[in-house]
Amino acid sequence: MDEATRSLIDALVADARESTADLARQTGLDEAAVEERLGELEESGALRGYTAIVDWDATDEERVSAVVEVNVELDRETDYDDVARRIAESPAVDSLRLMSGDYDFAVNVSGSSMGDVSRFVSEEVAPLPAVTKTVTHYVMETFKERGVRFVDHDDDDRLSVTP
Amino acid sequence: MSGNENGNETGNDDRPATDGGTAEGSPPTGEEEGGEESARFAPADRVESVPPSGIREFFEVAENRDDVISLGVGEPDFTAPWPARSAAIDSLERGRTSYTANRGMPALRRAISGRVTRYDQSYDPDSEVLVTTGASEAVDLAFRAFVNPGDTVALPTPTYVSYEPGVRFAGGEPLPVHTRHEDDWALTPEALREAGADEADVLVLCYPNNPTGATMDADEMDAVAAFCREHDLLVVADEIYAALTYEGDHQSVATRPGMRERTVVINGFSKAYAMTGLRLGYAMGPEAAIDAMTKVHQYAMLSAPTTAQHAALAAIERCDDEVERMRREYDRRRRYVVSRLRELGIEVSEPGGAFYAFPRVAELAPDGDARAFATELLEAEGVAAVPGTAFGAGGEGHIRISYATGLDDLKEAMARIERFLS
Repeated sequence: MDEATRSLIDALVADARESTADLARQTGLDEAAVEERLGELEESGALRGYTAIVDWDATDEERVSAVVEVNVELDRETDYDDVARRIAESPAVDSLRLMSGDYDFAVNVSGSSMGDVSRFVSEEVAPLPAVTKTVTHYVMETFKERGVRFVDHDDDDRLSVTP
Repeated sequence: MSGNENGNETGNDDRPATDGGTAEGSPPTGEEEGGEESARFAPADRVESVPPSGIREFFEVAENRDDVISLGVGEPDFTAPWPARSAAIDSLERGRTSYTANRGMPALRRAISGRVTRYDQSYDPDSEVLVTTGASEAVDLAFRAFVNPGDTVALPTPTYVSYEPGVRFAGGEPLPVHTRHEDDWALTPEALREAGADEADVLVLCYPNNPTGATMDADEMDAVAAFCREHDLLVVADEIYAALTYEGDHQSVATRPGMRERTVVINGFSKAYAMTGLRLGYAMGPEAAIDAMTKVHQYAMLSAPTTAQHAALAAIERCDDEVERMRREYDRRRRYVVSRLRELGIEVSEPGGAFYAFPRVAELAPDGDARAFATELLEAEGVAAVPGTAFGAGGEGHIRISYATGLDDLKEAMARIERFLS
């Protein structure tokens, strides 16, 4: 990846709503080149989407999240991809990862109540033949999500003019 | 807490009281009318000869308004990386609170020596490296160690504010060497010759440069090195911004043929590692140079702060990724700021390093006065930028914009500057 493309990705990770003009200013590319590279990155699957980071606690929506650890036992007909494809189908699943260590999949799930989340686990994950065990951890509070801190902090204590 | 408002007469203090009742609460400013007491403290001529800082008044206006976006900050907006902070805390928990060796902890000097090989610099950690209380102390030590009363010290202008006072405090004579916007603020042998620097004793180099952000390319540095050899100049090379180089590799004068033996390289942790408040820098040079500087340092400072030395060691060993992340972010801001300024029709040379842009405002200000422009910009739009003249006569007609500020604030500041100009 060249320097400009890398800068383009950095800029989007910092703020996916940057305008094409501001992306151009930050990367040294012109606007047409920015559009072209974004197209290529989307095409190749490097850029999978642009989404919002929401602190649901700051809204009047009820939102419950959990991390579900899932253990699976594979057989000749079933591999990790098969299980993952099945679990990922549910809209309740925010993220799904294969892990090293004591369990196989980490599933981030959210719903509008604990009942929703429990139902997802008991009805959509546990019954899968390959699944041998699930452990559900409910999220109590979120402090930071994808690089964005949820606690207001203004700790710039620098003097306003220094040499 | 005693009931005394000034808090300087507690009654419990059994130290001998001074007579005359001086120092009522506030520290001496040196600007008050000379009463009996201040006459007793008439500053030495060396101190008197140095004018007050050119940025102080800006600082006061900017501090007293709460809607100000400051582009006047000469330090990173990032916090020191956690491994460095953690190492500092850890050292305190383990009770590492005594002095270190005068020259700094051996492990830190070895780490520094290893680190600078990336700039093709090679210094023996035992005899050629000195750890100092900020790069600022190293600069002061270099002047005190190598400048004799009456010696001429060539200072490119515009440049960092501390060199000229430092030279004067050491009894030397500063010789300004004008660098030019047209040369992208690079120092040239022609400029040196024109200023009479062929007769000078010492040359100070600061690249990447504060306040212009200028870097020197390999050919430009070769030419300056040749000039120094030809005219037998010692060089104090302040390379504090070396790690924040965006275009090409950092060029050090000390790596040019015949230059190592006549150069003291100064660097530190403040800018690259966002560790300004920890006050840690270092000097590197031939053994004789470091011996001389260590002599001053051991009497004036004993050793650099121990806690900060532990942080610095961790910074070198474990914070490369963090430094690179910060560098990439500065680079995006740099491109943004330069693009925006140029879109507004403001001339600015491409800054290759540090975190400053140095746009030309001469045509936009009454009488081409950078100070007037900066004052009006601050008053009308609440954007603080430092007038170029604070960095020497060579900065006239320009302002320094620091992009050590988040992109959101930079966007707002640029929008305000646009409004100010329309």
